[in-house]
Amino acid sequence: MSSVAAHAHGSSGMSWFMKVWGCLLILTAGEVFLTYEQLRLELMLTLLMGISIVKAALIIAYFMHLRYEKRSLFLTLIPVLVFVLVMMVVIFPDSFRIHSLGLVTH
Amino acid sequence: MSESDVTMTESTWSGGGLPYAISSKKLGMWLFIVADSITFGAMLVAYAYLRVASPDWPIPFKFTPSIVNATIMTFVLLSSSITMVAAVQAAQAGRIAACVRWMAATMFGGILFDILHIREWLGLIHEGVRLFQNPWGSPLFGASFFSLTGLHMTHVTLGVIYLGIVATGFGRKKFSAIDVEVSGLYWHFVDLVWMFIFPLVYLISARIH
Repeated sequence: MSSVAAHAHGSSGMSWFMKVWGCLLILTAGEVFLTYEQLRLELMLTLLMGISIVKAALIIAYFMHLRYEKRSLFLTLIPVLVFVLVMMVVIFPDSFRIHSLGLVTH
Repeated sequence: MSESDVTMTESTWSGGGLPYAISSKKLGMWLFIVADSITFGAMLVAYAYLRVASPDWPIPFKFTPSIVNATIMTFVLLSSSITMVAAVQAAQAGRIAACVRWMAATMFGGILFDILHIREWLGLIHEGVRLFQNPWGSPLFGASFFSLTGLHMTHVTLGVIYLGIVATGFGRKKFSAIDVEVSGLYWHFVDLVWMFIFPLVYLISARIH
């Protein structure tokens, strides 16, 4: 595998990884900047999660090398993981229930 | 059909081949990472659920020190990932001393992350945050904050020990470049998890005013 990996990146491999690292730092700075913009909570949450998913994808694809493995490895690992994580979100409507019960005064 | 073709087909179907064209160690680490992602996913969902369901959820993180500290921690962890990439590349090129040096740099990043994180914890504890109480609001804040960030800190700490063992073994030629690469996978995963904890725990709970 090591020869395949070396072949995939060529001699400029490290400079490419440095670019990915730079992207990750810029995206992080963007997240911190967004925090102090007076956005609606839902919009900010969507933007922050969107940026985080892009960062995670960059880490998985390049640092963890999944982009250069066989496609079947990606298909085995990632779709099922995304499915399980998304299924966890189905409980969220319940967490909003307390707000409509009128028990909270503030 | 050449002899090597026959051997490959037979060994693949009899379980001796490598269907994903990666070593079994690497596949094992990937399967662990998927399982661990679900653990962290469940903890993040539980934290987010409690936060939404608690109107008096505290937002204790001021720009200084908390947000600045957490941003530096993110920078340190991302940088330790790029030194790990360099270590894997050095290992694959057979540059043993360079690989061990890069792995030491990665471990230094992990230790620095832990120190910054413990400083953050001590600051919150000093302000009165406990597992089941805090001065500001929902008592669940402490339990969910400490368990989520604590689990991540445990992963970083175990990662530093794991990298230390692999670096020592690789330096003594007991471990191969594959072992370095597999330890790298784990380290990048720990980095990846922090990319979700940082916005969901710190940035969303930043005290703006």
